[in-house]
Amino acid sequence: MARLKIDRARKYFGSYTALDDVSLDVEDGEFIAVLGASGCGKTTLLRQIAGFDKLDGGQITIGDRLLSSSERHVPPEHRKIGIVFQSYALWPHMNVAENVAYGLTVAGVRDPERARRVAAALDLVGLTGFAERRPGLLSGGQRQRVALARCLVTEPSLVLLDEPLANLDVHLRASMEEEFSRFHERTGTTMVYITHDQAEAMALADRIAVMDRGRLLQLATPSLLYREPANATVAGFIGDGMILPARLLSKPEAGRCKVEVLGVEAVMRCRPDQPAAGHAQICLRARDFAIVQENEGIAARVDRLSYQGGFFRMEVRPVASSETVLHLDAPEPAPAGPGDIIGLRISDGWVIPEPDRAA
Amino acid sequence: MSLADASTTRTRVVETGLLWGLVFLVAGLSLLPIGRLVFEGLAPGGQLSTSSLGKVLASPTTWTATANSLVTAIAGTVLAVLLGGTVALVTSLTDIRARNAFTFCFVLPLMIAPQVTALAWLQLFGPSSTLLKLIGMAPALGSRNPLYSREGIILLLGLQYAPLVFLTLRAGLRALPKELIEAGLAAGASPLTVLRTVVLPLMTPPLIAGIALCFVSSLGNFGIPAFLGIPGNFLVLPTLIYQRLAGLGPGVLSEVAILSLLIGVIAMAGILVQDFMLRRRDFRITTTSSAARPFELGRWRTPVEILLWTVAILILALPFLGLITTSLIPAFGVPLNARTATLANYAYVLFEHAAAKRAFVNSFVMSATAAIVIVLICVPLAYFIVWKKSRLLRLLNMAAELPYAMPGVVLAIAAILLFLKPLPLLGFSLYNTIWIIVFAYLARFLVLGLRPIVSGYLQLDRTLEEAAQIAGAGLVRRLVTIIFPLVAPAAVAGALLIFLTAFNELTVSALLWTSGTETLGVVVFSFEQGGDSTYASALAAVTVVVTIGLMLSTLLFASKLPQGVLPWRD
Repeated sequence: MARLKIDRARKYFGSYTALDDVSLDVEDGEFIAVLGASGCGKTTLLRQIAGFDKLDGGQITIGDRLLSSSERHVPPEHRKIGIVFQSYALWPHMNVAENVAYGLTVAGVRDPERARRVAAALDLVGLTGFAERRPGLLSGGQRQRVALARCLVTEPSLVLLDEPLANLDVHLRASMEEEFSRFHERTGTTMVYITHDQAEAMALADRIAVMDRGRLLQLATPSLLYREPANATVAGFIGDGMILPARLLSKPEAGRCKVEVLGVEAVMRCRPDQPAAGHAQICLRARDFAIVQENEGIAARVDRLSYQGGFFRMEVRPVASSETVLHLDAPEPAPAGPGDIIGLRISDGWVIPEPDRAA
Repeated sequence: MSLADASTTRTRVVETGLLWGLVFLVAGLSLLPIGRLVFEGLAPGGQLSTSSLGKVLASPTTWTATANSLVTAIAGTVLAVLLGGTVALVTSLTDIRARNAFTFCFVLPLMIAPQVTALAWLQLFGPSSTLLKLIGMAPALGSRNPLYSREGIILLLGLQYAPLVFLTLRAGLRALPKELIEAGLAAGASPLTVLRTVVLPLMTPPLIAGIALCFVSSLGNFGIPAFLGIPGNFLVLPTLIYQRLAGLGPGVLSEVAILSLLIGVIAMAGILVQDFMLRRRDFRITTTSSAARPFELGRWRTPVEILLWTVAILILALPFLGLITTSLIPAFGVPLNARTATLANYAYVLFEHAAAKRAFVNSFVMSATAAIVIVLICVPLAYFIVWKKSRLLRLLNMAAELPYAMPGVVLAIAAILLFLKPLPLLGFSLYNTIWIIVFAYLARFLVLGLRPIVSGYLQLDRTLEEAAQIAGAGLVRRLVTIIFPLVAPAAVAGALLIFLTAFNELTVSALLWTSGTETLGVVVFSFEQGGDSTYASALAAVTVVVTIGLMLSTLLFASKLPQGVLPWRD
């Protein structure tokens, strides 16, 4: 019943298209991450779901209740959803318990039921004993937990999280990530998690929606997104993919086909319906390269090495096409230095199914 | 779609109802009175006619008063700019000490009623000056108090409004990025060259804004020309209107309406000139950064500090001392010494004089009512202006500025025109009740509350409201439980500003009061006009003490306020 369905949502700010026909189905109890660089429209999408802005086209429904369309707009206070804000948005003039109790008070829940549920929510986020504190006296992580408790105490069918970890320092992020994940398991609430951090999205989400310039580029599980990006933008954005032009040489067989790339033949994963000939783009990851003897594979000159702790990130340029920059991981000690020529073998890769729109 | 949830519909009804309620309220407080006045000017008594207009424009008194108004306002503004501008530059750009204390003292005259300033300065000079007698320097009996003159009015207008120039310029200097000054210094320019070639040109907008504000305030000032001009029959437009209305009654309403429109037109002209001058050049500052590091005055620091404090003492402490000494003598002209000193004047105005006692209650109740009602209007109003970005209310925001930008007599006349006749449907008249004064206060001081509350909103993180909305709280509940507590410091500051201004005002109530609805300003004025300078001084001294006390009390919560909300706080 809590299924969130966004159907061809459009939003304009003046002549700027902030949401361009975005459609997204979120299953009941699912954890979806909306991933994209700043300005990609992910926050606009969140504000549409929450109802802070009005939609210019398309519609948003939860279950069978129409929340937003160009004609109809249910105000946020009647949507029965929860939000954890990036800034936490804790009310400074109330203590922790009052912050958490607010939604219950509004809904007409009275003590002792209200007190019981506030205590349970605080217990759930591990803040028992903090009820009387003012938000100003809490650490960033504690504030985040209060915000979470406040949003979950009313048991909303859908929770939106707007970059909830962006204001926390690195080691706190890891533990909060774990907390969110545990939380989602325990409550089974549908969650839409807005973030620009792909590691966060990968670690948490059941599925990830990648957005760019107001468009939804791909919606897939983290593994599929990484292994089989739908287009060049996703391929380049996720996992630091390298996109190279290639020529198709064979028709797909058991999910693989032959291509010619950088002057050598290689076998790539591909879609079963991939055409058997013509030009295509392929996506390679650093680990798809293996360093071989100089006279084998693709000859490339080492540009620079940067130490990453335990291994080097190596940037190389193929001798035959020196404007292309490739990067790969080389174990310590470094097998070659800047200026040296090495050989490269491509062990894996993915034929990008959708041609690059910009090309 | 017609199948909107009932609760959604209810929300929309509440929000739309509140919005339109505010629109009507603000329009009623700003556009209605000004519109009524313009109507009276075009059609006196409801009939299109130019006879009143011709009569007023043909009268030589009109043009003498207009010329006097222009001369005193312009000369007063020049004085205020020289004094306020210099002090602003010195206090903002150099490393003088005790800046906060000095700002407080320098801005103080602005918060003290002009009629009290006038009264205090009158006590300082003249043959009966208690203070001069005390040190044996009083001029010979029968000689004229030099302040009863055009020059006296100009001097006091300049001193009264120098803080306005100081405040606008100071706000501008604070926003000036330090890189611009440092770039000039790095290019090899001396501090004075940087001041002349970089700082002053960039400070043109605040300076011009300050000049316009100062001009309009001087033009509309009633207290100073009333105390200094009326005795010598030197009339400016506000005092001319007052005399006409006080002498001849509401019968001459059409004529005074035209006179007040004349002031209104001059004030508008001043504001338009300001707009025009600011549009000619690009003054935009591109970067924002911390305030400039002050120039070190070195060995000049102590002399400059002494000079500044001397100025502060001259324009603040000395007149107040004049006021106090006069309030302590049993009768005007008696020298002050240990034997003659008495608190009888205070006892009289506080406990015996019926009108003075009433005035305390009236001024307190009317100012407090105005302050509270305006805050209650402005918190939701600013919500729609700042967060809902309602275009309608943005226009009304400008309209709300109108009654305050206009000289007070203009609004007072407009209020008389509106309320002289019984209200339609209700059948009773507000004229000659305290409600007409309360209405005028609401209209005139609305913007004093709106500005700090709007800046309070601008400082708030809107997600605080959105979090409450997502939690299911409707607009009214959000306003009460979330927004009001969060903008409370700004709202209290606005309320205090309104209270202090209304508590000390005379311009509006001088035209609207009647027996039983006297304000403190009116009673001080009546005492002085009746020759009871000792009572007037005692009462004025009490209002000054109350004012300073309330100003100081704001310093308790000043740290919670957006910068620039309280004029007297640095």
